[in-house]
Amino acid sequence: MNAIEIENISKQFGKVKALDDVCLEVKEGECFGLIGPDGAGKTTLFRILTTLLSPDNGKASVNGFDVKRDYLEIRKCVGYMPGRFSLYQDLSVEENLEFFAALFNTKIKDSYSLIEPIYKQIEPFKTRRAGKLSGGMKQKLALCCALIHYPKVLFLDEPTTGVDAVSRSEFWDMLAGLKAKRITILVSTPYMDEASRCERIALCNEGKILTTNTPKNIVDGYNDELYAISADNMFELLSLSRKVKGVKECYPFGESHHLVVEKDFDKEYFANELNQIKNLQIKKASPSIEDMFIKLMKR
Amino acid sequence: MKDIVISVKEISKVFGDFTAVDKISFEVRKGEIFGFLGANGAGKTTAMRMLCGLSFPTHGSGTVAGFDIRKQSEEIKRNIGYMSQKFSLYNNLTVWENIRLFAGIYGLSKQETKQRAENIFKQLDFEKERNTLVASLPLGWKQKLSFSIATIHKPEIVFLDEPTGGVDPITRRQFWEMIYQASNEGTTIFVTTHYMDEAEYCSRVSIMVDGQIRALDTPANLKKLYNAESMDEVFRHLAREAKRGE
Repeated sequence: MNAIEIENISKQFGKVKALDDVCLEVKEGECFGLIGPDGAGKTTLFRILTTLLSPDNGKASVNGFDVKRDYLEIRKCVGYMPGRFSLYQDLSVEENLEFFAALFNTKIKDSYSLIEPIYKQIEPFKTRRAGKLSGGMKQKLALCCALIHYPKVLFLDEPTTGVDAVSRSEFWDMLAGLKAKRITILVSTPYMDEASRCERIALCNEGKILTTNTPKNIVDGYNDELYAISADNMFELLSLSRKVKGVKECYPFGESHHLVVEKDFDKEYFANELNQIKNLQIKKASPSIEDMFIKLMKR
Repeated sequence: MKDIVISVKEISKVFGDFTAVDKISFEVRKGEIFGFLGANGAGKTTAMRMLCGLSFPTHGSGTVAGFDIRKQSEEIKRNIGYMSQKFSLYNNLTVWENIRLFAGIYGLSKQETKQRAENIFKQLDFEKERNTLVASLPLGWKQKLSFSIATIHKPEIVFLDEPTGGVDPITRRQFWEMIYQASNEGTTIFVTTHYMDEAEYCSRVSIMVDGQIRALDTPANLKKLYNAESMDEVFRHLAREAKRGE
């Protein structure tokens, strides 16, 4: 059985199509990533799957339960961490945890084995009010609260947004631990470099899913030739490269620019055309998820 | 020196018994793209507020755009541009009304306002959207418009606080091309980001850890110094040393 099934879901707000005929399946025990910028529809999809919003069209189920008909069942077996911090600021760490345990008719000790690795990190501050915690600690507390009833499916809406690169990587390590306990995880992120931490991903933009696959298969499916170029004046390099015959596109990519080229691209010719540029370096590059995203967005 | 636009010496900010910023010193040259990086809670925002004239240092001194950060905060505010990570144009005003409002705040004449507005419309290819409510623009367009408005009074320096958070990969790059362009024309850019590929686009990068500047150099030199392949690696190396939490 699939943990999540989404068939032709659409949702419109006024003129904006937040979700446009979205189909997706997430397998049991899978860590599945929704990768896309703001406005892709990620939060709307989460709200539909957690039964907080009804779709205009289409069908969806979580853990075998229909989001419309069996919404009460779904609420019992899913954990949801919204993008915005939504615990009680005036309750302490411990009180928040006890409160959520009480709501789900359970005790902290029943799921302690699940939350222990995460809770241990905030336990020294258990009497501190949640509102007084740092961003990283709030995030860990929110994750503990979302896990308090040992959910089958965990929904995490942009848990790493605005978080620095080191803390982001630690957060993904925590998710790996949960996956080992067979919890299905649907997680969204705007950071393309986090894609590799998921088993499968969907790239989404403006209410549509551009593609769904394993990160490796998505990258392998990139069939344009790609070069990395650099020079002393990177800004000049960008505008001049775009004018050379055989160049489809040139865009900044970290320390180099990526050059997407036509079949008839000739490296020597290119270097020759740009001979006024100092220290031109050109070498083959391997595509990343972000290159694929850019390609699919332009299609 | 004439071409130094930001210069601070051992500035600190202490809140009670907590030293948020601990004796930082650095200089930024005219036209540089200066990347201001650090882990959450390293003190970036506090430092940036002092540079923008929004908060006074507890110790130390410095100048921004030629004005004293202790004594001339109002002059600083008039001579810098600032774009926060939170969208701060007026959603219920049209594109043109937002431009007029901010131009008015910065004291531009009618003539200047009109002329700069035309430039913005042209640069962003926005002519059609002149009378569109800002609320209905796509996020990427809003960010590009915010940048144009933050620089409408042609400030010497513009401060950008995570300008590209949540923006799609294509728009993010278009945004950086606007930054390159402004820097090429002599505007100094002071920018924070969590995207490490963007750190590579900067002329020089500083990395804050526990309230102090732990590293400051060009991306190429930093990578050499830490024997790293990317700025991401350099950042991880330094941020892992952090002792204090957020």
